[in-house]
Amino acid sequence: MSDKNSGVTAETVKKIARLSRLHVEDDRLAHLADEMNGILAWIEQLGEVDVEGVEPMTSAVEMPAPMRADVITDGGVRDKVLANAPKTEAGYFVVPRSVE
Amino acid sequence: MSDLTALTLEAALAGLKARDFSSVEITKAHIEACMDGADLNAFITTDFENALDAAKASDAKLANGEGGALEGAPIGIKDLFCTENVKTTAGSKILGEFKPQYESTVTANMKQDGMVMLGKLNLDEFAMGSSNETSAFGSVVNPWKPEGKNDAELVPGGSSGGSATVVAANMCLAATATDTGGSIRQPASFTGTVGIKPTYGRCSRWGIVAFASSLDQAGPITRTVKDSAIMLQSMAGYDPKDSTSINKDLPDFSAACDRSIKGLRIGIPKEYTMDGMPGEIDDLWQQGIEWLKDAGVEIVPVSLPHTKYALPAYYIVAPAECSSNLARYDGMRYGVRVEGEDLNDTYEVTRAAGFGKEVRRRIMIGTYVLSAGYYDAYYLQAQKVRTRIAEDFTNAWEICDALLTPTCPSAAFPIGRKVNDPVTMYLNDIFTVTANLAGLPGISVPAALDKDGLPLGLQIIGRALDEETVFAAGAALEKAAAFTAKPKKWWV
Repeated sequence: MSDKNSGVTAETVKKIARLSRLHVEDDRLAHLADEMNGILAWIEQLGEVDVEGVEPMTSAVEMPAPMRADVITDGGVRDKVLANAPKTEAGYFVVPRSVE
Repeated sequence: MSDLTALTLEAALAGLKARDFSSVEITKAHIEACMDGADLNAFITTDFENALDAAKASDAKLANGEGGALEGAPIGIKDLFCTENVKTTAGSKILGEFKPQYESTVTANMKQDGMVMLGKLNLDEFAMGSSNETSAFGSVVNPWKPEGKNDAELVPGGSSGGSATVVAANMCLAATATDTGGSIRQPASFTGTVGIKPTYGRCSRWGIVAFASSLDQAGPITRTVKDSAIMLQSMAGYDPKDSTSINKDLPDFSAACDRSIKGLRIGIPKEYTMDGMPGEIDDLWQQGIEWLKDAGVEIVPVSLPHTKYALPAYYIVAPAECSSNLARYDGMRYGVRVEGEDLNDTYEVTRAAGFGKEVRRRIMIGTYVLSAGYYDAYYLQAQKVRTRIAEDFTNAWEICDALLTPTCPSAAFPIGRKVNDPVTMYLNDIFTVTANLAGLPGISVPAALDKDGLPLGLQIIGRALDEETVFAAGAALEKAAAFTAKPKKWWV
């Protein structure tokens, strides 16, 4: 695993938190970096395994991907779709403004 | 009338069918037991009123000589299964008062078969945990206590801690559970109950809140092996709504429990041991070998050389899939929204407030191992190691039909002991996680009490789609172990 970082920094945690859409207070970053490094150090041992010519596993039980006709099988349940929304209006989800 | 909550599911179903007692009677007895057991914190939501209505409907069917395979039996459902119009939380705050408008395929199958649902059972948040301590609704308390230590509170294991607890404490006849790295079998071992994770794809994942989709699989927790067979028969089956559902007829699991295991070859993987593992667990494993030999089994030493890499591979694959699956919780379409300064801030504060510490930790690890520059080194490497682990099993099946291992490296531990040490907590799943990575069926059967009087389980792992051998060997272990111990009822 040669292209791997030697350690996660507070800066990396900030970037990862941003990508994960998780708000993290600045004073927590160093602690989280330590925690992630602890887990990643333990995971590092995977590098010992000889995987030369090994295919990555893509499914637990081999079977062909099932196909079905491309037809509508469900729908017409707008109120059910909206039933658990935090905010709705006139049959729509209401979300914060995303385009200024 | 004898105590209706002490019956096995099998005996209860027979009694219901014979009209020895009504569904309303046995349901009321269980509701009372659930109320007595409130301090165990095993339920997130109870649904007793609907349960009594369902029981009445079952009684009407039973009176006409009709009814399905679970007709009238009071059962608990892990709160990871979506249940129509009944609050479903996944053990998290982020879903708020979420009431699914649809029913998971597994619970729909069980309702079709006449189940009476008592409520939704506590679990680790999004099934991420091995102790039930990550639940946003508080820890479940194991009904078992170490001998002479009445003030000790032990974890029931996790993530299906509520499911294991209600079955051990006679609050439900049986419960559904799910297993991503050991979440059925480890709590079963910690509570003296039986739990089976079937082959990946046997039970539809449709309507089960997703954690790590390539590993998640539903199964039952029960008091006997036969009860697990009865439950799985109802839960499992092909479902076109889950593209990984296996389109094969189900064998008769109950019949498999009565099968002779004479002449079966059972492998003993030498790698299934761990530094610091109590000698009692090794002794129990040896005892299990003797029991199987007495039943006419041929014991075969086998090697699964990549076993030690299973947990590290799991802690790449599972968080990676978790970070992807949990991206949907954005506070827009369901769940709790926390308003922020703008859209991105709303996402970030919603998710920071809604997810607990362990879930946030796994999302971040998953995002990291999938991020540009690290994908090959971590995720791809882990998926290749996973192939190696699956090959280990394939090689073992050349010389044996199933494997015997301990279920866990320890008995139940005290609440609070491991919660701040993620890697130590993760090691709980060391003997169970391999079956998830390879997609194989595995059962945990209670086998003995340790020196503190706490239950320990033994595990049988079988070939893909061969639950029958797993049930047969599990039933043989159960018979030989004659495990009848129950926790002392301190919780009333």
